Amino acid sequence: MLPTIILIAGAVYCLIPVAWVFVAATKSRAQLFSTFTFAPGTGLIDNLRGLFTYNGGQFGQWALNSLLYAGVGALLSTFVSTMIGYALAKYRFRGQNVIFYGILAGVLIPGITLAIPQYLLLSAVGLAGSVWSVLLPSIISPFGIYLSRVYAGSAIPQETIEAARIDAAGEWRIFQSVAIPMLLPGMVTVFLLQFVGIWNNFLLPYVMLSDQSQYPLTVGLFTLLSKGSSSPALYSLAITGAAVSIIPLVALVLFLQRFWRLDLISGGIKG
Amino acid sequence: MSLRNPGAADAAQPVTAIPYRAAPARASRTGRRRPSMAPYLFSAPAIILYVIFMLIPLAYAVWISFTAYRLEGGGILGTKVQVFVGLENYFSVFSNSELLVSFGRMAVYGVIAVPLTLGLALLFALLLDVPAVRAKTFSRTAIFVPYAVPGIVAALMWGFMYLPATSPFSYITQAIGLGPIPFLNNPGLYGSLANIAIWGGTGFNMIIIYTSLRGIPAELYESARLDGASELQIALQIKVPLVRAALTLTAIFALIGTLQLYAEPTTLQPLTTTITSTWAPLMTIYQQAFATDDLPGAAAGSTVLALGTVIVSAVVLWISNRRTAASAR
Repeated sequence: MLPTIILIAGAVYCLIPVAWVFVAATKSRAQLFSTFTFAPGTGLIDNLRGLFTYNGGQFGQWALNSLLYAGVGALLSTFVSTMIGYALAKYRFRGQNVIFYGILAGVLIPGITLAIPQYLLLSAVGLAGSVWSVLLPSIISPFGIYLSRVYAGSAIPQETIEAARIDAAGEWRIFQSVAIPMLLPGMVTVFLLQFVGIWNNFLLPYVMLSDQSQYPLTVGLFTLLSKGSSSPALYSLAITGAAVSIIPLVALVLFLQRFWRLDLISGGIKG
Repeated sequence: MSLRNPGAADAAQPVTAIPYRAAPARASRTGRRRPSMAPYLFSAPAIILYVIFMLIPLAYAVWISFTAYRLEGGGILGTKVQVFVGLENYFSVFSNSELLVSFGRMAVYGVIAVPLTLGLALLFALLLDVPAVRAKTFSRTAIFVPYAVPGIVAALMWGFMYLPATSPFSYITQAIGLGPIPFLNNPGLYGSLANIAIWGGTGFNMIIIYTSLRGIPAELYESARLDGASELQIALQIKVPLVRAALTLTAIFALIGTLQLYAEPTTLQPLTTTITSTWAPLMTIYQQAFATDDLPGAAAGSTVLALGTVIVSAVVLWISNRRTAASAR
């Protein structure tokens, strides 16, 4: 009985802020600071209208930007990681270990250590402040490459590749029509991890972008909040924006939960 | 693993003999063919991106950290030139009292956040693995939800739940005459910031540990159960040692996350005066890079941070390996 109670207490702890933000999104500006925090208000429609008309519909633009950075970035990242992961797991070649451990060490480099020089280097070639400055650095994911290698090592029997070679299939063709179908569950996992990672990223777009119309949701909501201290009306917008912005991602993660192979991460698969 | 030797393909040949093909010629060609370029071509996109967006920026940051901008010629005619100054910027990092104090704050935050995140993740994972526990799917899903919430949004939500005017917790304490809870003042602020990290990180780590637990064959527990061991004993004496690899991994992730503390204090900054613009090391480094144009200082600070991450991870791995070796004895 006690274990169930502890577990449910944990679930409640994790849901409280989410419940709070949805209730707070229904409150008008006056109600936000005056009524009991978990009492629903009457301002939902006004808040939503205010949010979606703020600065000529900028919130919608931010949401689309987030979708673009996370969607395209994660897709490219998945293909790049899958290709090298397959090569590292299924071939023996010179420099293999140097490449693998060199990339894996990249997990340890803090975002800021990279973001500042990345900004300077991208400025030098005129790309800082553009969509590319957020998209391109997001493609390389040491962790995604590590997972892809582990998955390729366990999911594709070497005999399958040898059999395809005996049928005289080219190496690219083997990858495309033999390996990819077997790698799909692993690819979905890498895609989701990257999608959530890029969607939730704050520092990189915050450093790179100066034009508000290119902001993703994280940086956009942060601007609303930091302006809020001088014009409190924006607090309601920031709260409503937070509520609206977590719906799609929570829905995506919950819906795709069963396609995740998170045992990849814990090493449940023997690679 | 190493099936790239030609012998393996030859050995497989009789089994996959295909009568309607010119088998011998094809076999010898397939057997000897070394797809030498293929792995490099498959790796090329990742390696190119790795070099451009990780290796070169890292090398560039390290290089800048050994230089400084100096005025040459003097007066308004002077030009700024970048000169090599050796370890000077590193001495500044370690003599910058504000930066050192912020490293101290980060340490206090980490000492609260990391053990609690991992402890709760392990606790919930073990509870999910107990057969008699109910409401598993609901609890697992609910605890995983914060993973999908960006750090900025988490900090924003908790920030309002800390703010006296909108906090449900302070509402209760005020109603019983105790006044608001000082979430956003020292020393409560450390706990409040750590709480945001714990809230956001527990679910993901729980899933990693839980999937690792699911990989353990159930027979391992059967004999212990027959011997009358309680679920608690099984959990502590059998399960925990077996998920040590997952725990090490989650510990490293949690520590890396601590060293990169930035979004949460930055988001709470508009809500309280206790968080200065140099509260966390990354905030100072960001200020140096983009507000005061002290790029070499920022580069030196972030290099120290990167080295710190490597050292901390190495220590965690070392402790974990030593324990594994000790328990194997």
